[in-house]
Amino acid sequence: MFNRFINLQWKSFFRSSSFGKGLALKILMLFFGIYMLVFLVGAGIGLYFGLRKLFPSENPMWMLSQFLVYWVLVELFFRYFMQKLPVMDIKPLLNLPIKKSSIAHYILGRSGLSGYNLIAPFLFVPFAIVLIAHDYPILNVLIWLLGIFGIVLSINYVNFIVNKSDKALGIIGGLILTLYGLDYFGVLEVREFFGPIFHGLYQYPITAIIPIAIALIAYYLNYRFLKRQIFLDASLKTKSKEAKTSELAWTRRFGDMGPFLQLDLRLIWRNKRTKAQVFISLLFVFYGLIFYTQEMYANSMPMLAFLGIFMTGIFLSNFGQFIPAWDSSYYSMIMSQNIPLRKYLESKASLISVSVIVMFMLTIPYVYFGWKALAINFASAIYNLGVNIPVILYFGSFNKKRIELDKSPFGNMQGTSANQFLIMLPVLGLPIILFSLLSYFVSLEVALIALSLLGVIGFALKNPLLDRITEQYRKKKYGMIAGFKEKNN
Amino acid sequence: MITTHNLTKKYGSQLVLNIDHLEIPKGQSFGLVGNNGAGKTTFFSLLLDLIQPTSGHIENNGFQVNTSEDWKPITSSFIDESFLIGYLTPEEYFYFIGDLRGRNKADVDKLLSNFDDFFHGEILSQRKYLRDLSKGNQKKAGIVASFIGNPEVVILDEPFANLDPTTQIRLKAIIKDLAAKEGVTVLVSSHDLLHVTEVCERIVVLNKGEIVKDIQTSQETLKELETFFAG
Repeated sequence: MFNRFINLQWKSFFRSSSFGKGLALKILMLFFGIYMLVFLVGAGIGLYFGLRKLFPSENPMWMLSQFLVYWVLVELFFRYFMQKLPVMDIKPLLNLPIKKSSIAHYILGRSGLSGYNLIAPFLFVPFAIVLIAHDYPILNVLIWLLGIFGIVLSINYVNFIVNKSDKALGIIGGLILTLYGLDYFGVLEVREFFGPIFHGLYQYPITAIIPIAIALIAYYLNYRFLKRQIFLDASLKTKSKEAKTSELAWTRRFGDMGPFLQLDLRLIWRNKRTKAQVFISLLFVFYGLIFYTQEMYANSMPMLAFLGIFMTGIFLSNFGQFIPAWDSSYYSMIMSQNIPLRKYLESKASLISVSVIVMFMLTIPYVYFGWKALAINFASAIYNLGVNIPVILYFGSFNKKRIELDKSPFGNMQGTSANQFLIMLPVLGLPIILFSLLSYFVSLEVALIALSLLGVIGFALKNPLLDRITEQYRKKKYGMIAGFKEKNN
Repeated sequence: MITTHNLTKKYGSQLVLNIDHLEIPKGQSFGLVGNNGAGKTTFFSLLLDLIQPTSGHIENNGFQVNTSEDWKPITSSFIDESFLIGYLTPEEYFYFIGDLRGRNKADVDKLLSNFDDFFHGEILSQRKYLRDLSKGNQKKAGIVASFIGNPEVVILDEPFANLDPTTQIRLKAIIKDLAAKEGVTVLVSSHDLLHVTEVCERIVVLNKGEIVKDIQTSQETLKELETFFAG
């Protein structure tokens, strides 16, 4: 039986849609994967030396132990969002002659091998090797490592128990903030308190049993719960949220464009992935803080131009690059309906324009770092409005990959093709290069004027440009309809 | 109303549809039957300009479908769930379609009130998004949406599948009424021979992309079709 499960798992992995992706994307993902692994291993090795350097008088192991409590809490916090028990996968097994206990073991055991559990080993195994190389007692280090695995698995299974209520998330989040706050203001020596506990895993190897025991108990609790829940109407039921109807009557003021604007707003607010885009975009306002504050970047023109284009255009690129794939699940309806394609595109353009303006307003406080920042962001916003919006809409006509709106936004590559990488060249690269060259060879003022002027010209030509783009969408229509129908991409 | 001229559709070297000439007059209720892969959905997709014909063309009310878009205001359709917008409630969806077809909220509400029976209290004001409705209820919403805005041509692909018996009976009455009283040309495809013979004045049988039978429905039609498909 177990072999069969493993076989199933193997097939589901290698036949999954992510493996069916285009070669270019596959290679890119592979590189990204390797990069992550190398990064983790490097961090694991560097951890020892880093801690040595930062705290020369302290033992790295002791310092690490002091921070482990935060690792545990933060990982729990993130896993709450990222990792769910994939209960839906067992639906096809239900009507087969398989014992419920085997199904429960299968799904829980499988989660033990999930990618999230690999992060810690890739970090701590190299760290342990460095420790051994520095003449730490081998047995203690190895058993400490075992304890760490125990903690990882405990996090894994505790997460599934915790995952059932939203309150737990608040509690964990609150706990992290409180502990860190207490620690930071020296009210309570949190690290001093938890340090010895985690250090104990190393000092007294026998204590490694504790995390392993916790993992086993958590596993058992999950098992007992799950076994009782393997029914279609219990845990396997997909929860549906109660619909909130919204009138959005104000969109009427936009005339013919109104219905589409209404649809786009609902699209964004009612689907996880699009909603996440909005929040991500808003977060990127703070991106400037990283660079404006550093002397090295604050006076580099390419960097400033990048920040301007990027911050004011983050929603433009995040949302815009997937137009019209957002509407892919009902694109054939849109195409057979009595729809003026032009209005459809205009509505998207207006939505993005609003986002550019909002993002620009949010970046105004950066004037604190000098008028240059403000001026560049302003010119960038104009450029984004006039040039980048038509550009991104035009490139959208090459999108042929379906996006399933109700899929989780995390690590979701649906709809991504080589197109998405190509778009970034003209959208980000062109203005940055132009701006940098002009400001370097002529002057900052000229560069600012050139960027704004291009934007204004683009704005003036908006109508003919949109006509041209509409024509392009019309031409590509059949390919898009066929592409959007393919579910596995 | 609808005329096809030397219409063919090929995928690679495989000919999936080959209709030399087919004329559907205004106000006819037209049924399309055939086994899986016979070309029913291909024909409807061509009719809606969702795929390109390999040769030939279709005219809808005098407009050539793959070059003009003027047929769109008078034509409406429900092919499958991909015609629904999952994140809207049924009401919002109806109003959206209404907007596209120049009907305001009041017009749409008035039309919807005729379908209270058909909806059976499971569609309107349910506080559910279309994606969370059952397959059957999604279908009901999609079918009714295709009646919004007084279309002259209504295209329904497999409208009876997934519907409960009561709704099937109601739908049959609705389709008959549309064609008889309002002069709407209704095109229906189905696997259920009984339903089509009851609803449609004319039935065309497709087999491997070709028209093999073109029957004006009569008492004997069901028998005739059953013998054909049993063969």
